[in-house]
Amino acid sequence: MGLEAATPASVQEVINWARKNSIWPVTFGLACCALEMMVASSATYDIARFGAEVFRPSPRQADLMIVAGTVTKKMAPLLKRIYEQMPEPKWVIAYGACACSGGIFQTYNVVQGVDQIIPVDVYVPGCPPRPEGLLKGIITLQEKIAVEPAEQRKLVSLPWGNNG
Amino acid sequence: MDRCLAGDLLKGKFPEAVLKIEEFRGETSITVAPQTIRAVMTFLKESENLYYDLLLDVAGVDFAGQVPRFMIAYLLHSTKFNNKLRIKTWIAEDGALDTVSDIWKAANWLEREAYDMFGIIFNDHPYLKRILLTEEFVGYPLRKDFPLEGRNFDQPFAVCLEEEQ
Repeated sequence: MGLEAATPASVQEVINWARKNSIWPVTFGLACCALEMMVASSATYDIARFGAEVFRPSPRQADLMIVAGTVTKKMAPLLKRIYEQMPEPKWVIAYGACACSGGIFQTYNVVQGVDQIIPVDVYVPGCPPRPEGLLKGIITLQEKIAVEPAEQRKLVSLPWGNNG
Repeated sequence: MDRCLAGDLLKGKFPEAVLKIEEFRGETSITVAPQTIRAVMTFLKESENLYYDLLLDVAGVDFAGQVPRFMIAYLLHSTKFNNKLRIKTWIAEDGALDTVSDIWKAANWLEREAYDMFGIIFNDHPYLKRILLTEEFVGYPLRKDFPLEGRNFDQPFAVCLEEEQ
């Protein structure tokens, strides 16, 4: 690739390639789905094959929030705050029936789908989904990131970035 | 196991407070009058022969349609004599019960839970606020007349953080 080919469009492709292969999730588990998420990082399933093994304890260092479990209305403000603390670009996987739609908890104290609070990129159904489900979700997210247009995500810290 | 002493001692000390003593498979349940609950509980904790120093749980029961409506059950345990005792009392829907949170500190959260779920008021409680549900929640979910799924549970739910206000 010559220097003249390094237009913002192709740079965007490279950026997308880098982003999709280093999705760092924030350590965030709410219920039994979180146990499946932990198993996904074990040697058997090895989430590291997709560059997503670095579960960050701080949302400031994370790109991906895996909402693994039941979101109660008491937990909702905390969840939203952690999401807001993550720097752009950031993505969300709703992992499990509860995070997708409230699941079996059709009651007064459970949020009926985490997409009412934060934008969701990939939904993984199941109760709980197997670790393969999470891996499929991450692959789907990678495919989504690979074709993301430049204006959709802020290009922070690049001179031609659209961060205003 | 020996017959539980608590019933006899309570009857001797507070003859007007003890309404009923039940024995079932080695478990003792004593129903007491609600206005005497603090005197009875203090006695049960401090008596040398009983020494119920551990409050395990405070449970509310809704008998909708009956008068009085609510039953409160206190589960006590004596670490000295290793036995358990259940104290029951009844209060009306608009009534209030004296707190025992200064006798056992464990009662603080347990009474808040009973308030949260049944709307039972505890007099002189240091911090009688909802403990499990959000503070703006309307209604008392474990009452029999509360709809099973709650009101408007499927309506869109919005969160407004403090810094956004």
